[in-house]
Amino acid sequence: MANVLVVAEAADGKLKKTTHSAITFAQKAAQALGGTFSILVVGDSVAAAAEEARALGADKVLVADDPSLEDYVAERYAPTVAEVGKGYAVVVGTASAYGKDLLARVAGRLGAGYASDISDVIIEGSTLKYKRPMFAGNAFGFCTIGTPIQVVSVRQSAFTAAEPTGSASPIEKVAVVAAGAAASRIEFVSFDQVKSERPELAEAKVVVSGGRALKERFNELLDPLADTLGAALGASRAACDAGYAPSDLQVGQTGKVVAPPLYFAVGISGAIQHLAGMKNSKVIVAINKDADAPIFQVADYGLVADLFQAVPELVKQLQVAKAS
Amino acid sequence: MKILVALKRVADPDNANKVKIPASGATIETTGLEWKPNPFDEYALEAALRLTENGQTPKVRAGEVVVVTFGPKETETTLRAALATGADRAIRVEATDDKLDGALVARALKTLVEREKPDVVVMGKQAVDGDSNQVGQILAELLDWPMATFAATVKEEAGALLVGREVDGGVITLRVKLPAIVTVDLRIVAPTSVYSSKTAPTFKYNDGVRFAALPAIMAAKKKPLVAVPLAELAADQSLQVTYHSFQAPPARKAGIKVKDVTELVNRLKTEAKAL
Repeated sequence: MANVLVVAEAADGKLKKTTHSAITFAQKAAQALGGTFSILVVGDSVAAAAEEARALGADKVLVADDPSLEDYVAERYAPTVAEVGKGYAVVVGTASAYGKDLLARVAGRLGAGYASDISDVIIEGSTLKYKRPMFAGNAFGFCTIGTPIQVVSVRQSAFTAAEPTGSASPIEKVAVVAAGAAASRIEFVSFDQVKSERPELAEAKVVVSGGRALKERFNELLDPLADTLGAALGASRAACDAGYAPSDLQVGQTGKVVAPPLYFAVGISGAIQHLAGMKNSKVIVAINKDADAPIFQVADYGLVADLFQAVPELVKQLQVAKAS
Repeated sequence: MKILVALKRVADPDNANKVKIPASGATIETTGLEWKPNPFDEYALEAALRLTENGQTPKVRAGEVVVVTFGPKETETTLRAALATGADRAIRVEATDDKLDGALVARALKTLVEREKPDVVVMGKQAVDGDSNQVGQILAELLDWPMATFAATVKEEAGALLVGREVDGGVITLRVKLPAIVTVDLRIVAPTSVYSSKTAPTFKYNDGVRFAALPAIMAAKKKPLVAVPLAELAADQSLQVTYHSFQAPPARKAGIKVKDVTELVNRLKTEAKAL
């Protein structure tokens, strides 16, 4: 059997948009393998997510819905995902925090080779070759997996989100596999959600990222700009390191990789590992005091200026432009 | 507490323009590369040191920190540096990167863990060369241990660790009973990120990793460092993932410099049609 299993990501009972990138991969891989793809939805009270998944063109939607799966920990999810995965040639998810945590553990359980955070799949006959950004984005590696089951996570920004096909895939319930010793030694304490009106980084049309140069005024300066543009907020590794922004805002090879239509790099020098996380953006704007900053080598529009003056001025003019 | 820290040396990520790919694309050229410890692994070591001390007396180790790396003889430099900052012992598993993949490293580490019996294995969430982000998770599964990946904070409790993980949209807090695996993210080296049971809750570390003083560097030369053949830890050395070729990413062309905010907004509006 050469079918593909998509491990969906659900939150608050709904399907997360990350899932749709994995589906785009699955469509391509299933076609190459002459098979079909299924979607597996795991969690507690995920009926709505499963319903959404039905419309995405899968041969079936598998649902493991159980109160024991209320709060995500890999130790409780991996046994079920791996058990279902045994019937597939490829198990795929998206390289979000969830996917990165879960899929490697699933691969370990299946004894399956794992290609993480791939940016493309190349079809050579019935062989899938994976393109992976490596070395902070300084090289792409092309690899194949030799095990009977292959586990893959896809980079969300590199795979367009699959659109609903109008299908009504049948829903099949799957049994939850009893978790083992590891699960009995882990306790989910809390999820402190950062409530934000802003779009998610990986899905935003505009991203405004700030660097260390903003110092403690990171939010004071960038919040109005992000709000005016309806943008998601990002940060360089240096800004996260210094504590001016939380780590989950980090844009870069080791953080989030984004490719929005419009990207603002404010006070970011442009370290290689940051560039790896944003250089596929369509239009890049850089604002930096240092005219020699490497960020200007990838920016479509560069403005050499003092951030603390230029950014408020930019906000003012954007608001005027919006009103007109 | 006994902690095993897995360290990898990588091509200096801040000088990654030295990563060269020959025209054949068959390999990554390693000659001329500047080697550095993987930054996330350096952070893992710092976290391990913090967990095995009273923050006020960092020279006294409460417990043991063992560092391990996989590599040729010259990677012992990385291990000696770790010993100089406070680790007690080092193990080098004799291997070269081209003969390893994440699963093989995890299998070998599993044997090592069974031998060493640490309470915690700490490592970086990923190495910044392969950027795979997998060894900690696979190892946890092979050992059937709980794991806390992408840790930003760790607090020691009786027989457990309370770990804050920075994930998409917030912070997940997990309590893992020992033995357990922890993979660390950037913020783990912030002043108030890691507390052993001995460190006062009011204590604040310096930001970042600690540096070795000269006497410690000298003393580290005498600390135990053993080399172990990979075959001793992993009978099956087959690779699950094979790399066939490499490619440099296409360069992005630099655009123009605008003279002021007004020109920027105009161009974004009329030329790029991005607003």
